[in-house]
Amino acid sequence: MPEITIDGRRVTVREQTSVAAAILQAGVSSFRRSVTGEPRAALCGMGICYECRVTIDGEPHALSCQTLCVDGMVVETT
Amino acid sequence: MKIVIVGAGPAGLAAARSAAEGVARSGADVTLIDGNHSTGGQIWRGGGAPEIETGVATLLNTRVASPDLLTFDKLILATGARELFLPFPGWTLPGVFGAGGLQALVKEGLDVRNKRVVVAGTGPLLLAVAHYLKTHGADIRLIAEQAPWSKLIRFGAALPSRKWLEALRLWNPCFSPSTWVTEAQGTTHVKSVSAGGKKIPCDYLAIGYGLVPNTELPQLMKVDPCALDEYQRTSNPAIFCAGEVTGIGGVDLSIVEGSIAGYAAAGDVEKARAFFVQRDRWKRFGTALAEAFALRPELAQLARPDTFVCRCEDVTYQELVAKASWREAKIHSRCGMGPCQGRVCGPAVEFLFGWKPDSVRPPLFPTPSGSFSMIGNEPQ
Amino acid sequence: MDDSEAQFALTRLSRELWMELSPDLPRSVEYEACGTLWVAADEEEMREVRRKQEFYASRGVSTQILDALQLREAEPNLRDGLAGALLVNQDSVVYPPCAAVELIARSGATVLRARSVGIESQKVMLANGESLEAGVIINAAGIHAGALMPSVSVPIAPRKGHLLITDRYPGFVRHQLVELGYLKSAHSTTGSSVAFNVQPRRTGQLLIGSSRQFGVNSPDIDAPMMARMLRRATDFMPGIARLSAIRSWTGVRAATPDKLPLIGPCPGLPHAFIAAGHEGLGITTSLGTARILTDHIVGKTPPIPLSPYLPDRHA
Ligand SMILES: Cc1cc2nc3c(=O)[nH]c(=O)nc-3n(C[C@H](O)[C@H](O)[C@H](O)COP(=O)(O)OP(=O)(O)OC[C@H]3O[C@@H](n4cnc5c(N)ncnc54)[C@H](O)[C@@H]3O)c2cc1C
Ligand SMILES: Cc1cc2nc3c(=O)[nH]c(=O)nc-3n(C[C@H](O)[C@H](O)[C@H](O)COP(=O)(O)OP(=O)(O)OC[C@H]3O[C@@H](n4cnc5c(N)ncnc54)[C@H](O)[C@@H]3O)c2cc1C
Ligand code: FES
Repeated sequence: MPEITIDGRRVTVREQTSVAAAILQAGVSSFRRSVTGEPRAALCGMGICYECRVTIDGEPHALSCQTLCVDGMVVETT
Repeated sequence: MKIVIVGAGPAGLAAARSAAEGVARSGADVTLIDGNHSTGGQIWRGGGAPEIETGVATLLNTRVASPDLLTFDKLILATGARELFLPFPGWTLPGVFGAGGLQALVKEGLDVRNKRVVVAGTGPLLLAVAHYLKTHGADIRLIAEQAPWSKLIRFGAALPSRKWLEALRLWNPCFSPSTWVTEAQGTTHVKSVSAGGKKIPCDYLAIGYGLVPNTELPQLMKVDPCALDEYQRTSNPAIFCAGEVTGIGGVDLSIVEGSIAGYAAAGDVEKARAFFVQRDRWKRFGTALAEAFALRPELAQLARPDTFVCRCEDVTYQELVAKASWREAKIHSRCGMGPCQGRVCGPAVEFLFGWKPDSVRPPLFPTPSGSFSMIGNEPQ
Repeated sequence: MDDSEAQFALTRLSRELWMELSPDLPRSVEYEACGTLWVAADEEEMREVRRKQEFYASRGVSTQILDALQLREAEPNLRDGLAGALLVNQDSVVYPPCAAVELIARSGATVLRARSVGIESQKVMLANGESLEAGVIINAAGIHAGALMPSVSVPIAPRKGHLLITDRYPGFVRHQLVELGYLKSAHSTTGSSVAFNVQPRRTGQLLIGSSRQFGVNSPDIDAPMMARMLRRATDFMPGIARLSAIRSWTGVRAATPDKLPLIGPCPGLPHAFIAAGHEGLGITTSLGTARILTDHIVGKTPPIPLSPYLPDRHA
C-alpha cells in the first residue's frame, strides 16, 4: 500500500487511490486557494474543472483527481 | 491502415472491439487513447470495463490536447460527456461535488461511510449515484430531482422493461421531485443545504444537472459531432463520432454507436448495419431523457449578484449580467479564461444568458508548454 | 522602439502618456511597470546592448546594462551562458481589452456596436444600411482600414502572430524579456520568423511569444509555427517547457512597408483621417497616436511632428 505525504503528514492509502481521494480522506478540505482567496476542493472528479489543483512532487497546478498515489509522493495543498 | 480511437468509455471500447474484429484479417492496427489512467470512461471508472481485445494498442494517461500529434487513416472520436454545473450561492464551498464527481472520488478511494449526503440536480444519474453511495455506507438525506412527477411518469411509461427493473433496484425513499437546492451553507466546508424550503444538515452535496457532450476535439478538427451519416461518419470521411459526444443518450446508445463506428471505420458496413435498429430504439430513449429532465427556468435565477459563475477566475454573476456576448464577457471579465477553459462556466452561462461559446483552440487541456515544441516540421 | 527616430519619438511620447495615466488606472487594466530586459546571447549582441544604451541616453532615456551575473540574478530562469542585457526600467505591460474599456469610459464617447462597410468624405456607411454623418471621421480599423476606403491607397499588410498563455506562476519571470536577436529575425520584412519574447502579467501568468507570418489571414493556430516559437522560448528559458499552457491566441498585426504607422489626413478624402498600421507596437503607441492626431485635427501643434507618419508618404 502506497504511503504518501500530504502537507507534511504521512498517510497510507489503498492501491489505485487518486490523490484527490487521499486528500479528502486525510481530512483536508481546502485543496487550493481561488484567485480571490477562497478555499476550494475537488468538484468534478474527472479532470474537467481544475478545482483539485495541488502541488505534487514540487510541480504546481497538478490535477489531483487524475493522479494516482504512488509510494513516496509529496502533496501540498494551500 | 491505422484506426485511432479517442476515448475509452463504453463507446470507445465498443468501437475498438468492432474495429479490431473488422480489420483482424487485413492486419490493420487499432489504437485506443484515453486521458484517464484506466479504461472504462465515466460509468466503468474504477472497474467493470470489458477486456480490451487483443490487437488493440491502448495509450492511457494521454489526453489529446491538439490533433496535430495524431496520425491516422480513420479516427473515431468518443470523447463522451461531462456534468453540467449551475451556479447557486455556496456552490464553491469544499464538500460540494458533482453527482458523478462524488461517485468517481469514492470509486478512487474516498470513504463515505456514515457521511450525510444530499444528492441533487437532475437525471437518472441521481438515483444511480445515491444507490452507489448508499452501498458504500453513506447516509443519504435527500435526493432532490428538479423535474416534476408529471414528466417523470411520462418518461417512465416510455422506458423499456429492463430500465424499469433498474430504476426499481435503485429506488430510494428520499427521492423528491420538483425539488432543487437553492443554497449551500458553510464557511470553509458545506454544513447544510436549502432545498424545497427546508434546511438539511449534510457533510457532502453531490449535485449535477445532467450531462454536456465533450465536443471540443471534434470542433477543433472542424467536424460537427451532431451531423453524422448513418455510419457515424462526419463531414470528413476519415473521422467518425460515437457515444455521448454526439448527444446524451445513455450507455446503451453509446455502445451501439461505438460498434457501428468501429465496423464502418474498418470497412465492414454489413456488420455496422446490423446495429441500426438498436440505435433507433436507444435514440428514442435519448429524446425521452432530454424531454423529461429539461431544466426548469427557476434554476437560472439561483445565483446572487456576488455568486461566482467562473470558478477559475472568480467572476461574479453581476460582472457578467451586463455583457453582450460570451466573447465580451471573456475578454473583459476573464470569465472562461482559466485552466478549465470554460468547460464549467461555458455551459452554465449558455443556460443563464443564452450565449454561445466561441471558437476552440489548442491546447484543449492545460498542457506542459514543452509538448507543443514537438509538433510538426518547421514551415518554410 | 528604436528602429528609427520617428518610431522612437512616438514610442517615447506614448510611454510618457501611459505613465501619466497609470496612477489612477483601475486594477482590471493590470498596468505593471515591470521594465524590459533586452537579452544578449553573445558578445556581438552585447555590442548592440551598448549601442542601444547610447542611443537611448542621447535622447534622454536612462537604461542600465546588466552583465551575465546581474542578468542571472534578475531572471534566474533564463539559461546559463547568456552574455547580459539592457534594462529599460519604465517599460510596462497592460491588459489591452480592459485598457480600451477604461479609455472609452474616460472619453465619454457613445459606443455604437455596428459594422462599417465604407467611409466617404463625411459619412460612415453601416452594414445595416444606415449611415452616420460627421465633420471628422477617423479610420482606426486596424488591419481592415484599407477595406473601408477602397479608393485610398492604404499600404497595410497582415502579419499574423501567435501567443501561448500559461497558468499562474508568480515570480517565474519578473521583466518583459525580449531577445536582441529579435532585431535581426523579427523585423525582417519577408518570410516568417520567431523570437523569444515573454511578458509577465500581474496575475502571474506568462504570455509567451512571438511569431510573425506574412500573408496569412486565418485565425487558426498554425501548430508547426507555434512549435517553432516554443522551441525558441525554451532555448532561452528551459523551465518554460514544464509550465502549464492554458490557452493560445493568434492575432494579425497591421504592417506597413517602412514599419511606421499611418497617422493623419486621408489622401483624397477630405475630413477623413487614418490611424492604423502600428504593427507590433500599437498598444504602446496608442496614446501618442491619439494625441498627435487630435492635436492636428483641432489645430494645436502636436508634441512631436506628424510628418513621418503621414498616410501619403508612400505616394
Ligand atoms: C461523471 C459521470 C458519471 C456517470 N455515472 C453513470 C452511472 O453510474 N450509471 C450510468 O448508467 N451512467 C452513468 N453516466 C453516464 C454514462 O457514463 C454515459 O452514458 C456513457 O459512459 C457514455 O459513454 P461514452 O463512451 O460516450 O463516454 P465516456 O464514458 O464519457 O468516456 C469518454 C472518455 O473519453 C476520454 N476523453 C475525452 N476527451 C479526451 C481527449 N481529448 N483525449 C483523451 N481522452 C479523452 C475521457 O477520459 C473518457 O474516458 C455517467 C456520466 C458521467 C459524466
Ligand atoms: C501576437 C501579437 C502580439 C502583440 N504584442 C504587442 C505588444 O506587446 N505591444 C504592443 O504595443 N502591441 C502589440 N501587438 C500589436 C497590437 O495588438 C496592435 O498594434 C494594436 O491592436 C493596433 O490597435 P488598433 O486600434 O490600431 O487596431 P485593432 O486593435 O486591430 O482595432 C481595430 C478595431 O476596429 C474594429 N473594426 C475593424 N473593421 C471594422 C469595421 N468594418 N466596422 C467596425 N469596426 C471595425 C475592430 O473590431 C477592432 O476593434 C501585438 C499584436 C499581435 C498580433
Ligand atoms: S476535481 Fe475537477 S479536475 Fe479534478
